[in-house]
Amino acid sequence: MSNNFIDLFYQNETTLKRMSRGFPADLREEAIEVFRSTGFPDKKNEQYRYTRIEQLFEPAYNMQFSPSNINLNVRDLFTCDVPDLNARLEIVLNGFYFSQGQELKKLPQGIITGSLSKALETCPDIVKPYFSRVADHRKDSLVALNTAFAMDGLFIYIPKGTGFDNPLQVVHLPMTGLDTLLQYRNLIIMEEDTHAEIIICDHTLSPFRFLTNSVTEIYAGPNARLQYVRVQNEHLNSNLITNLYIHQEAGSRVTTNTITLHGGIIRNNTHVTLNAPHCENNTFGLFFADKNQHVDNYVRIDHAQSDCNSMQLFKGILDDQATGAFNGHILVRPEGQKTNAYQLSKNILLSDQAKMNTKPQLEIYADDVRCSHGATTGQLDDSAMFYMRSRGISFKEARLLILYAFAFEVIDKISIKPLKERINHLVDKRLRGELSRCNNCSVNCTEVHQGK
Amino acid sequence: MTHYSLLTFFSSDSRLTTHDSRNLLVMLQIKNLSVSIQGKQILYDINLEIKTGEVHAIMGPNGSGKSTLATTLAGRENMEVTHGSVTYFGENLLEMPPEERARKGIFLGFQYPVEIPGVSMVNFMKTAVNEQRKYRGLPPFSAADFLKFMREKKDLVSFDSQLTNRSVNEGFSGGEKKKNEIFQMAMLEPVLAILDETDSGLDIDALRIVANGVNKLKNQNNATLVITHYQRLLDYIIPDFVHVLYDGRIVKSSGKELALILEEKGYDWIRKEYSNGAGM
Repeated sequence: MSNNFIDLFYQNETTLKRMSRGFPADLREEAIEVFRSTGFPDKKNEQYRYTRIEQLFEPAYNMQFSPSNINLNVRDLFTCDVPDLNARLEIVLNGFYFSQGQELKKLPQGIITGSLSKALETCPDIVKPYFSRVADHRKDSLVALNTAFAMDGLFIYIPKGTGFDNPLQVVHLPMTGLDTLLQYRNLIIMEEDTHAEIIICDHTLSPFRFLTNSVTEIYAGPNARLQYVRVQNEHLNSNLITNLYIHQEAGSRVTTNTITLHGGIIRNNTHVTLNAPHCENNTFGLFFADKNQHVDNYVRIDHAQSDCNSMQLFKGILDDQATGAFNGHILVRPEGQKTNAYQLSKNILLSDQAKMNTKPQLEIYADDVRCSHGATTGQLDDSAMFYMRSRGISFKEARLLILYAFAFEVIDKISIKPLKERINHLVDKRLRGELSRCNNCSVNCTEVHQGK
Repeated sequence: MTHYSLLTFFSSDSRLTTHDSRNLLVMLQIKNLSVSIQGKQILYDINLEIKTGEVHAIMGPNGSGKSTLATTLAGRENMEVTHGSVTYFGENLLEMPPEERARKGIFLGFQYPVEIPGVSMVNFMKTAVNEQRKYRGLPPFSAADFLKFMREKKDLVSFDSQLTNRSVNEGFSGGEKKKNEIFQMAMLEPVLAILDETDSGLDIDALRIVANGVNKLKNQNNATLVITHYQRLLDYIIPDFVHVLYDGRIVKSSGKELALILEEKGYDWIRKEYSNGAGM
């Protein structure tokens, strides 16, 4: 299987070079050779034990090396799930920054948003020190594969002492007439004393089979403040592998929250490096899986320096034959004295067939640290259900109240109020089984294609 | 085997005659009820009739099946009724899911109220009250009306306002949990209130508050079934009838004076009497 991609790379090397503008060609070659030596992670790889990655790449996919030539007004076609957000909207269409004529936008205070490949071409001084430095393609074969093929993605640069006053919303939209493999690349650079709230929405606008293997690199400079919320709401035949790499400098505070509402097979990798003292990182997640869906969250927090706090909280609700996994890795290096690191995974199984795997992994080389982990997987609490029904609340409503309360702990961590309200609403719909396709999507992705 | 039916015991009771003169309705009728849990029989051949306006007390030592009877009436699914019938205003109660029983006015005050993290008391009560209103053909309360209604009920049963802002029973003390049961009872205005060991774990002040709440909610159209281990609660909630449940059977039924005899003599004499009787 992996050979197909190596062949594909060398067959298209000239095209890749020609189309990729500022993307360093030698980096691509190095990456594909890393991929050649490692291949797809298989079952023997502890990190990927519960998700068959190679299987995802087996179907024939189309890959796109240039931006889609779509004249439709995507902004009209795509109705945002979050009204009243007052956010700046950026769209990444089929893995390419949807520029509408302006590939890089210079905003007040020197903030730049736009196409990553354009940024690599026109402002390499800003981009190069960070690009491919936060995510290491030598250590992860999926990052290597992405590095070999990535053509574009979103670029955000927030210079020292500045920030976004309103949230920035980034919508990733696959919209094609063919089964498609997407491998885009995002880079967010936050210099010292910056702040941002970024909302990433994964949607699908056409009823084809999609596989995404994306890499997002975030550099959070000293005292940077970032809230990063991902909302994954796609159809059953849309499979996602997301690789999020976060590098934090002294005193920075980063909170990520991944809300997986609907999709096919989803694997979220979150790698955090706390590279200087007094960093704070919160990695939260909430997922819903039913039918044959599969959601696997992998988190790795690297406490490379002292006096940092990290907290992981992941919750899942699984029904039907759905499966899920959570693997939280905390690494405290010898320099990581006075570390506080916590991890908690809680899951509810609503059917006898649903299955959840949780695996804590604590690797501690310092002696003055506080680390803890916990994991629970259980069914709906019978006594709580009876208690509520004995007050006249129907089985369905009682179940909703309990599940909603369970989910709310994670939703509550989102501090962007309109987004929180909207996610509340979407979660409520999801729990009522009314969210079987992307909400508000004007394309009618029928269930027909989703069979398999 | 001896079994006592209510009518033979009380036909001579003067109180019954007074009640009869008011044409009281038969609310709950339990006939020859036997219940098992996971194949183990807990209740044997229970007979009990409750009319509107009445207060019944069921007393008995630990493990006699008092809570099983209460939860069977409320409709918990793991109670297997192996024999007998229960009608509520003539309808087959055993066929109804717990929520339907509740909407028809049956309320169970839990011996061990359940903590439900993340579900606020306000939301919980609002959902419950509105479901009941819907069932009765009434429009749901507006947010403002609901809060007003809740405030009235909180005052009625002296329930601490702060507690309604918290998750259901989460972090409540034992006494607060029991007071919360009475508060919920006030909110739902039941027709038949079954109070399962509501007095256990209460100090004397809390006991008085709880009993006052129950007494205030009592009227000629509803009934109360008080389940208790001790006589103490019955000083405050005066029962019309006292039944002794022993080893899964109602072995004695009488007026309120029975509670005092039990308090004085303990359950030992029942035990003796019963084992003699059982040999017959």
